[in-house]
Amino acid sequence: MAPLPDLSAGKYAAFIWPAYGLTALVFAVMIIGALNHARRWKRRAQAARGDDAR
Amino acid sequence: MIPAPAFLANPERFMAFSRWAAPLLGVVAVACALVGLWLGFSAPPDYQQGETVRIMFIHVPAAIMSMFVYACLGVASLLALVYRHVLADCAAQAAAVLGTGFTLLALVTGSLWGRPMWGTWWVWDARLTSVLVLFLFYLAYLALRASIDDEAKAARAAAILALVGLINLPIVHFSVYWWNSLHQGSTMLTPGALAPVYAAPLYLMLLAYLAGFGSLWLVRIRGELWRRRAEAAALRAARA
Repeated sequence: MAPLPDLSAGKYAAFIWPAYGLTALVFAVMIIGALNHARRWKRRAQAARGDDAR
Repeated sequence: MIPAPAFLANPERFMAFSRWAAPLLGVVAVACALVGLWLGFSAPPDYQQGETVRIMFIHVPAAIMSMFVYACLGVASLLALVYRHVLADCAAQAAAVLGTGFTLLALVTGSLWGRPMWGTWWVWDARLTSVLVLFLFYLAYLALRASIDDEAKAARAAAILALVGLINLPIVHFSVYWWNSLHQGSTMLTPGALAPVYAAPLYLMLLAYLAGFGSLWLVRIRGELWRRRAEAAALRAARA
């Protein structure tokens, strides 16, 4: 079992946390963007073609 | 003749496959990321790089994904050009959006790692410049698709551009060997180059990125297929 994570980044915190923050932000944008895109067009496809669009 | 995977050849089979595969890959990605981050922040600071070694766990997978996703974009573009298959074109379009995100992450996290280690945010050396060119290829692909109204013409032009951009992939990979560079060589492909305490979280994070990309790629392709179905139905309705 790994020891408890040490989140103190010391003098490099100004570089480490923005890197992790930006990564989280880009992943959030990619996930929300992909899900919204799929949901929006699924609804429109179903509206246009009836309920046969899966 | 290149045999396309069975699910690529049939949109209905692809929809049935991706309906369970996308969430499954998403769960794998989250699980790997949680364990990888736990191990990554439990690892001791590196004797040379100190705490900044933790940027490696998000930078290296992003850099690998930027190239891997472009390879996917290239293969899908080739299949779309040769077979004129709608799913291959959807796959190329979906990969480009995600690849842009991974390449942006590779560039910015690399810059944030480079500043404390090299003393500079950016240098115009071969590795960094070739990755910037890769990013520009992604942007050019998306811009080209968006700038042509005719979907078939846009797909064809963008696919040709994507294939031209494939030339850049070996340049990115071998740039650190062909030219002098501040950037280190490939650590992951060199046996024993990385202590297990760093290798374990790094490989887990790479697996998380791969699974995450797989999941989002499938979701985006599904969305793209629905978009084309909706627009085709709207066109039929307008003509009726």
